[in-house]
Amino acid sequence: MKSVDQFPHHLLSIDDLGSDGIAEVLRVTDSFVEVGHRANPKVPALRGRTVATLFFEDSTRTRVSFETAAKRLSADVLSFAVGSSSVRKGESLRDTVETIEAMGIDAIIIRHPSSGTPTQVAGWITNSSVINAGDGWHEHPTQALLDLYTVRQALGGGDEGMDRFKSLQVVIVGDIRHSRVARSQVAAYAALGAAVTLVAPPTLLPPSIDGWPIAAVSHDIDKELPSADVVSLLRLQSERGSGEFVPSLREYTTRFGLTGRRAAMLKPETLILHPGPMVRGVEIASEVADLPAAHITGQVSNGVAVRMAVLFLILGQSPAEGSSDV
Amino acid sequence: MSEPNRSHSTLIITGGIVIDATGERRADVVVASGRIQEVGEGLVVPTGATVLEAGGCVVSPGLVDLHAHLREPGQEEAETIETGTRAASLGGYTAVVAMPNTNPPLDSADAVRNVFELARTATAQVAVAGAITVGRAGLRLAPMAELAALGVRLFTDDGAGVQSAGLMRRALEYARGLGATLAQHCEDGSLACDGAMHEGAWSSRLGIPGMPALAEEVMVARDIALARVTGSRIHFLHLSTAPSIELVRQAKAAGLPVTAEVAPHHFSLTDACVAGYDPVFKVNPPLRPQCDVDAVKAGLADGTVDAIATDHAPHAPEFRDLPFDLAPPGVLGLQTALSLAITEIDLPLTRILALLSWQPAAIAGLDPSNGGGQGGLITPGAESNLCVIDPTATWTVDPMTLASRSRNTPYAGRTLTGRVRHTVFRGEPVVIDGEAQR
Ligand SMILES: [Zn+2]
Repeated sequence: MKSVDQFPHHLLSIDDLGSDGIAEVLRVTDSFVEVGHRANPKVPALRGRTVATLFFEDSTRTRVSFETAAKRLSADVLSFAVGSSSVRKGESLRDTVETIEAMGIDAIIIRHPSSGTPTQVAGWITNSSVINAGDGWHEHPTQALLDLYTVRQALGGGDEGMDRFKSLQVVIVGDIRHSRVARSQVAAYAALGAAVTLVAPPTLLPPSIDGWPIAAVSHDIDKELPSADVVSLLRLQSERGSGEFVPSLREYTTRFGLTGRRAAMLKPETLILHPGPMVRGVEIASEVADLPAAHITGQVSNGVAVRMAVLFLILGQSPAEGSSDV
Repeated sequence: MSEPNRSHSTLIITGGIVIDATGERRADVVVASGRIQEVGEGLVVPTGATVLEAGGCVVSPGLVDLHAHLREPGQEEAETIETGTRAASLGGYTAVVAMPNTNPPLDSADAVRNVFELARTATAQVAVAGAITVGRAGLRLAPMAELAALGVRLFTDDGAGVQSAGLMRRALEYARGLGATLAQHCEDGSLACDGAMHEGAWSSRLGIPGMPALAEEVMVARDIALARVTGSRIHFLHLSTAPSIELVRQAKAAGLPVTAEVAPHHFSLTDACVAGYDPVFKVNPPLRPQCDVDAVKAGLADGTVDAIATDHAPHAPEFRDLPFDLAPPGVLGLQTALSLAITEIDLPLTRILALLSWQPAAIAGLDPSNGGGQGGLITPGAESNLCVIDPTATWTVDPMTLASRSRNTPYAGRTLTGRVRHTVFRGEPVVIDGEAQR
């Protein structure tokens, strides 16, 4: 490991990391995946440190993943869940954050339905690190890092896997407009040199893609599948499929769903990724979701290892000490 | 226009350049009993007169703001008529039009009388824009004739546009019979949705719900069509996009009775300011890209735009602790508008003062031709509403020193050119050497 000193104090978006930072997260993740296989999957790396999860939106999956990661690093964990009614009033965010910081917390892991709240929080506090666990439609950096890790592993892992991103054709399909996962994925794949194609009906694309580091935009999934190395599917929330953005979920599936027929167009080695939770029968057919090529990245244990790596790097352990502990 | 209720001592403004709608000349100005008594070079200082030194400065008719949210009644923690008009005086204004989106809204004679009563001792004239519809709800016409009888000349549901084209048509027709002007906040709700910033490259990147330029332009186009059919006057509030400006340009070329204002933040800031998610950059209409900023400036330069209006919109400090999408829109404007215009707009000072004083005074019906005392010529007998501006002085905006109850200026730390030195309201020097006198 190198340049831990330069690792950012906060993780608000993928751009905070750059390609070197991403590579570093993935390398450190390797060590923690190995730790996860031990009988006692715990290391003392963050003993005496305290992290808080502050979730203004229900996501047990992500929260538990972060909390497990912190505990495996021997950090103390405080968990704050805030009711959605007080979020809508917007009252408690700053008060809550300042209260938490006053408790001597080293890192605040925040999930919020409004874009930009982790950035705002980072501006309010003086010492704690802020980790974005998903904000509005903006970013969900650790989910994208997890996707990259999964892809790198499938490509052979290590530096060899990293190199192969440069020639990778990545197709992201679905509700990109409202997706924080998509924004982080685009930034992350692009940082590693992959060519990203966005596939969606125009109503589910962002109003502008000016400045997005993508290769192409397409409204025809059938054209994009045969050359894809990675197909990344996004969840379509049912309210988006009820006539306002697309006429119906059925019509969406017909045009953009990864059906069995479409899966047959893929190269044998193509990876299918879904951050979960999947809606089987909408964006992905049940039989496709069960193929060995399909990786439901939100559920796999790699998620804990990636988040361990992020916490470990952000909380600034010296590499030597950290490595020997691992 | 009523006479000032206090008698003030005589004062003389010496050594300045007088600028009004007729042009500029070197002259001293003597004011007594609330009226301009004498204008000329090298006037003798009357015995006991207060001397307002104006060397290197411009003496202008007081500025007139078509668009101020004074927040009283209902949100006195953000602003009161007293603090809002003090900020106005410091910004060179001698009249402001108070927007009706108070609580209760200014949609009844009682509500309007209440504002006039609260403004009785204010340091600037407070005119009222009445609501077009009851409760600004866009469903039924407010009692416009009753309000007009109290002196209301401008009606708007500002904060929202009148969504129904049918109701807007009726309102325009009805207002014509009263000699009133309707002012529209152009925002088509079905296009704006929950947009919290300009829909474009920045909103897409930041993941903030966007409000398309189209939401404004569709309503500008619709209302121009309504003005054509009804022949009624319509004033467009805070236009912010290039196509909006172009629509007004064409409407004026076709001889339609339309006028338009722009706000200083729409010629001095862009949507890139939102990148840090600071709610102090949230306004409605939202900050736009540079091409729209350029179009707003071009509209000011070629006369398409008639007025610079502040859209002064104070918010109590907690607003800044809210997520961007939940924060209320609006920024302070009264103390920075003139300086921003001088700093950002490449026009002679006379043109800038036309945009800030006599043109908005005429739109608001507050000028001498409408029986008012604002924005008129600086000539003996006129009501003495004046401001003295040092056009080359620079100053740095410090939110903590602004007179508003609120601190939400997006210009903190910015150095601006042009500063108000003195303001005279109905003969009373309410600002002397940049200091509010009460
Ligand atoms: Zn408005």
